[in-house]
Amino acid sequence: MDASAAKLIGAGIACIGMGGAGIGVGHIFGNYLAGALRNPAAAGSQFTNALIGAALAEGLGIFSLVVALLLLFVAK
Amino acid sequence: MANDPIHQFRIHDIAGPWNILGHEISFTNSALFMGITVATITGVLLLAARKRSLVPGRLQSVGEMWYGLVHNMVDNVLGKEGAKFFPLVFSLFSFVLVANLLGMFPYFFTVTSHVIVTASLALFVVLLVVVVGIVKHGLGWFKLFVPHGVPLAILPFISLIEIISFLSRPISLGLRLFGNMLAGHIVLKVFAGFVVSLLALGGVGILGSLAPMAMAVALTALEFLVAGLQAFVFAILTCVYLNDALHPSH
Repeated sequence: MDASAAKLIGAGIACIGMGGAGIGVGHIFGNYLAGALRNPAAAGSQFTNALIGAALAEGLGIFSLVVALLLLFVAK
Repeated sequence: MANDPIHQFRIHDIAGPWNILGHEISFTNSALFMGITVATITGVLLLAARKRSLVPGRLQSVGEMWYGLVHNMVDNVLGKEGAKFFPLVFSLFSFVLVANLLGMFPYFFTVTSHVIVTASLALFVVLLVVVVGIVKHGLGWFKLFVPHGVPLAILPFISLIEIISFLSRPISLGLRLFGNMLAGHIVLKVFAGFVVSLLALGGVGILGSLAPMAMAVALTALEFLVAGLQAFVFAILTCVYLNDALHPSH
């Protein structure tokens, strides 16, 4: 297998990690919504926390995207 | 390639090339759009604050909501003693927000889609946390890495994890903004490229090009959401990290 094919396969494999970020963000907003429907009065004050959690979870998915981009455009 | 989705991120000289001591200081399109960003923020806020009427008009409402959003954020996370960090957080939030939104215009350059810009902002925030923490608490600030009520046996491991998680903050803070803007803009251009190549087919292709066109419109709406959300997230994480400098023991 030549190196450029291996790079493309590696980039594709690295993108699987973004699925994990999707699961994480889904969990956070799903649970936020479940909690907000049980206690709508407290929902507004916790929305910021939901956003922080989503941002932290999403950041890890972005890491795998960056690895894929590094493989595609930077790795020699 | 005809529809190169990476082409939009290319930096080119507008004036120059200029060099000082081997460092290139040419005026690039990135620098131009940073200038436009700052000019837009200053212009909009000055216009919004010009009338100062009791019942705000449209522009003044925008200015008040903009200010109020950041003020509430700083007040909720940092409390009273965080008030002196409000100008910093407001500047960071405004710069990132307006740079993201300006990038949404066709043919405009997105300043925040370059890792050097976002990493510089993130590194500045985390270095500020270290400096403020040590100035305010002295060496006691390092208690941040030694949580209360942890059994002595596992304390070294917990400290190690805390230190690693602290050191990864500038990376994750910078990469999050960079990755979101980069990925969003690439996806937009890829779908726009589908429209062009389907149109070139003619016949059924013209009918089929409606699908990626609709997708591109929907993604544009999503990107506006992401632009605002990432600016908000950047600002609130700055507040959360600064909170560690002000109140290190958790």
